[in-house]
Amino acid sequence: MSWRLSAGLRPWLLQRLSAVYLLLFLGYAIFHWSGGALDHQAWRAWVAHPAVNIGLALFFAALLLHAWVGGRDVAMDYVRPPFLRYAVLVVLGLGLTAMGLWVMRILFSVTAVTA
Amino acid sequence: MKQHINRPVHLDLLKIRQPVMALVSILHRASGVLMVLLLPAFIYGFDLSLRNAEGFHRVSTLLQSDFVKWLVVASAWLLAHHLLAGVRFLLLDFHIGIAKHSARRSAWLVHAGAALVAILTMAAIS
Repeated sequence: MSWRLSAGLRPWLLQRLSAVYLLLFLGYAIFHWSGGALDHQAWRAWVAHPAVNIGLALFFAALLLHAWVGGRDVAMDYVRPPFLRYAVLVVLGLGLTAMGLWVMRILFSVTAVTA
Repeated sequence: MKQHINRPVHLDLLKIRQPVMALVSILHRASGVLMVLLLPAFIYGFDLSLRNAEGFHRVSTLLQSDFVKWLVVASAWLLAHHLLAGVRFLLLDFHIGIAKHSARRSAWLVHAGAALVAILTMAAIS
């Protein structure tokens, strides 16, 4: 499929694939932590575990991509003035990127100290 | 042309009675936008809870306050509604439950399920 023809399909598919991963990881995390009190050490060890750490990194990547496609759809549907739409998309993009870097730093810092 | 003069010339959302499926759709969008706005607060809590035992304690103290409790219940409702509606949309993508009566029933189930999750969350943290 050509680039132009797939232009609408790619975000559509991305939105659904990211949704499925978010659902699966959230289900796993809720199942893992349901029942039983939580303490800092166990919580941190869980996040620092390599598989969970990577799983969480993918979770936040999927979450931010999902938020981008969703926010972009909402902006394209409801924000009509071109300048305002552009401003909304720029703020959303920068905000989500900042949140992504913040989460990356958190996930790295947890593994760095316990290693 | 004259007989058309009483036609509505605009779509007044408050005058149109939306079907329950439309309410699921718009709440899916609204909940998504609201959760993006709440996301920095959650990342902050995630950061603080992992930093050290003191930060973890501070997050659990924050969770005792009425405002944060209210926020958690609201977030649980938003997330539950968004997830249930999302699963419903995925099933509809595969033409599962696409008939009008089943689509209407699943729309009601989304609203009811989200409300149930909110009530259970409220019971769990109060």
